[in-house]
Amino acid sequence: MLGGARTLEDGRKAVPVFELMARRYLRDEHSPDAVAERVGISAATIRRIAAELAEAAFEQEIVVEQPWTDWLGRRHDRIVGRPVSMHGMRGISAHSNGFHTCRAIHLLQALLGSVDTPGGWRYKAPFPKPIPPGPKPAGVTTAPDTPLGGMPIGNPTGPEDLIVDDAGQPLRIDKAYSWEHPLAAHGLMHMVLHNAWAGDPYPVDVLMMYMANMAWNSSMNVPATIKYLTDKNPDGSYKIPKFIYADAFASETVAYADLVLPDTTYLERWDCISLLDRPISSAHGPGDAIRQPVCAPDRDVRPFQEVLIDLGARLQLPGFAHEDGTPKYPGGYPDYIVNHQRGPGIGPLAGWRGDGESFGRGEPNPDQLDRYIENGCFCAQDFPDDAQYMKPFNRAYLDYAHRMGWMPSAEPVIFQLYSETLQKFRLAARGHGAHQPPPEHRDRVAQYFDPLPFWYAPFEEAALEGGDFPIHAITQRPMHMYHSWGSQNAWLRQITSKNRLFIHDDLADALGVRDEDWIWVHGHGGKLRRRARRMRGTNPSTVWTWNAIGKRKGAWGLSQAAPEASDGFLLNHVISDLLPEREGGHRYSNSDPVTGQAAWYDLRVRIERCADQSAEGCVPAFEALDAPHPPPILQYGADVKADPCQAEGVPCREWIGNRHEYAASVEGLAEGHGGDATPKLKAAE
Amino acid sequence: MTDLPEQTERKLGLVIDLDICVGCHACAVNCKEWNTGGHSGPLTDMSPYGDSPSGVWFNRIHTFEVNDPETGTGRTVHFPKSCLHCEDAPCVTVCPTGASYKREEDGIVLVNADICIGCKLCSWACPYGAREYDETEGVMKKCTLCVDKIYNDSLPEESRVPACVSTCPVGARSFGDLGDPDSDVSRLVEARGGFELMPEQGTRPVNRYLPPRPRKGPPPQEASGPAEDRAPRMLDHDGGDPDGAGRIARWIDRALSS
Repeated sequence: MLGGARTLEDGRKAVPVFELMARRYLRDEHSPDAVAERVGISAATIRRIAAELAEAAFEQEIVVEQPWTDWLGRRHDRIVGRPVSMHGMRGISAHSNGFHTCRAIHLLQALLGSVDTPGGWRYKAPFPKPIPPGPKPAGVTTAPDTPLGGMPIGNPTGPEDLIVDDAGQPLRIDKAYSWEHPLAAHGLMHMVLHNAWAGDPYPVDVLMMYMANMAWNSSMNVPATIKYLTDKNPDGSYKIPKFIYADAFASETVAYADLVLPDTTYLERWDCISLLDRPISSAHGPGDAIRQPVCAPDRDVRPFQEVLIDLGARLQLPGFAHEDGTPKYPGGYPDYIVNHQRGPGIGPLAGWRGDGESFGRGEPNPDQLDRYIENGCFCAQDFPDDAQYMKPFNRAYLDYAHRMGWMPSAEPVIFQLYSETLQKFRLAARGHGAHQPPPEHRDRVAQYFDPLPFWYAPFEEAALEGGDFPIHAITQRPMHMYHSWGSQNAWLRQITSKNRLFIHDDLADALGVRDEDWIWVHGHGGKLRRRARRMRGTNPSTVWTWNAIGKRKGAWGLSQAAPEASDGFLLNHVISDLLPEREGGHRYSNSDPVTGQAAWYDLRVRIERCADQSAEGCVPAFEALDAPHPPPILQYGADVKADPCQAEGVPCREWIGNRHEYAASVEGLAEGHGGDATPKLKAAE
Repeated sequence: MTDLPEQTERKLGLVIDLDICVGCHACAVNCKEWNTGGHSGPLTDMSPYGDSPSGVWFNRIHTFEVNDPETGTGRTVHFPKSCLHCEDAPCVTVCPTGASYKREEDGIVLVNADICIGCKLCSWACPYGAREYDETEGVMKKCTLCVDKIYNDSLPEESRVPACVSTCPVGARSFGDLGDPDSDVSRLVEARGGFELMPEQGTRPVNRYLPPRPRKGPPPQEASGPAEDRAPRMLDHDGGDPDGAGRIARWIDRALSS
């Protein structure tokens, strides 16, 4: 029975989470009629979508005729899938209510039974991990010339795991794992410069950063960030005395570094896309990959991985130096990729371990990188058929994952619909236990560490209630530059080198804005003067633009006249890094209160058409950096001109791009991949 | 001025599915990557890091919105465009030197850079704007259908397709003999209503575009069907009813124990 309450053997009373959920989510405030206006979707449509979800999950189940055994040893004849899948990406967690929104979506997936089933959402190896996953972050105790006792990031499971001092104040420069952002599993990179400048929680001697363009597109509030980097104390010394920065390109941040460590591009170094980090796995099985250098650097640069390994050895860190002081990885990063072991037999690459036959676990294999290169620089394996689905509770999968070292034991992964971790923090805020939040954070922790997901207005929006900022403003990365650190690339910038603020026709009509008009974009922390472009395919109350096109004049090896500087912009200029002041004058980071994730998407703006359309120029304008003198012309490949034609008698072949899908609807088209069908085309006689 | 073959043994060409192209430009970039070192390379870039970067591309993606004023709905169309290897290619017949030519064996339209004088007549004649003039070299360039890749026996067999086709992450591009009615690409064109671009120009292009599939209309607001009928029961908010929660919990119990 899932409803009601139970009395446990020891006399305590327990309430099943289903009863708690039913009590909460059946309240009128959660009804479609109560939320329709707020979300802009009619109550009837909300009901229809809910009914469609239920119908798809429970009446259109997908069955895979594959027996499997669950963690209790019970055998099931087939796998039943609940064909409901949901698509979302970083936008959801880029709101200050993002953590609970994500939890709400996952709660729905769990209730529909669509987690890791055919047609549903599926894990990719090495996930799922136990809930909560280990390890915990290290850093409560630190000492000079002493390595940190563990990983700097991790997953706290209660107030006792926070990185705070005896008074409950933050110990880390980013204030991660403090009462301000207790579950900051990724750290708070976006607060480091501000906090270092403010000397809060402590002033720094040296700040070292790698390839996060913090003086530009990786920071909120760019003008303030530049101040943090350049501000001085009354005695003339810098607030951030020394700044070391590694980058492959002459980014905006390079200009502020006391010491620049020039990095290679990925074509000039080894890389490892590891199961220990973010691998290339599919839902069908684990996979990892390498990059190999394809050309030698033609300038004085060094892969940053090698720099770190070298530094580790020089600092005599136990992971990087033998007891006699000699470096553990004299061969640099490829040496590390092959020989580093996270645990016995487990290293950065899973393929061809040991004698070359082992996947997952095995002694380091000196030929491992050669095997990867022979196989196209990747290694992938399929799960056994009976381990493909239901992974959190599938005996065959759990044993497999444990064997691979992905899980400390083969125990099932039990979903925490009711989060014990969150509740522990809430109880601490309510005065329980040895570790309690300082008074100034008590209410906030009590409110946001709700063990069941809930909705609340994003902080900036709530704080501006009554202010005149009616429009949401967001950004997205252009597809052609999505994973590119180098959007100044000579080819990519021919595709996009300037950006506009896209506005829905209806909103543009209301504002009197035409294509290419200059507009003011007011945020609560600043304003922008840029050009607009109208469109229909966007939400009428949301404006958007391409991210990271705008560059500072003179940066990235581009000429002073580059359109990226004169005609490109970032919304970052008007996104505030701090929330409006609260009682007592404290300003929290513009982030999720649980995870510390930066709330990039909370930006609210007001837009007006500029009265004087003839005035040229963008606001804010930044002082130009020194620009190089780039080449006037590029002719890649001119030296490798191919023979004009073909080898005699070589057959060419057909290729059907989406054969798997087309085969279902096109008569006579064979199933398979692009060129799987028998080649029908022969070369001319 | 330059003759076209009376007929070609095959009509190699591309089939581009506008329903699933997402406009990522991977085809255009991979095309440039292959071809800048290929038959008609280099694909020169002018002012590459300056105020007005422009270069030679054999494939370009045009993105625009198509709006229906009646319903107020619109859709974004990503339209990749390269040479269509026309059967009646006006770029060939207009060529004064024979540099532009159409191959008898497979119908591919190529430019022989050695005898091209850069007069640009072909680019004026092409109604699709598919020709690309290289100012630095003073010659006209264009899509070769990767003629140096599709027959290249130093590549593995599965790589012997045009660079734009093999790289497309969504499989929106197919390649084959559009002159053979039984070929897979011809079947695909037939089944999906593939169309010629601007047939009124009389160029008889070989490439085909597959139109967007009809969209499911929005469900009528007041419609009631099987799903809607059940919705109220499954979304029965308690409205102050003290037993509301109990009812849902009992329903979940039933669902899980059956």
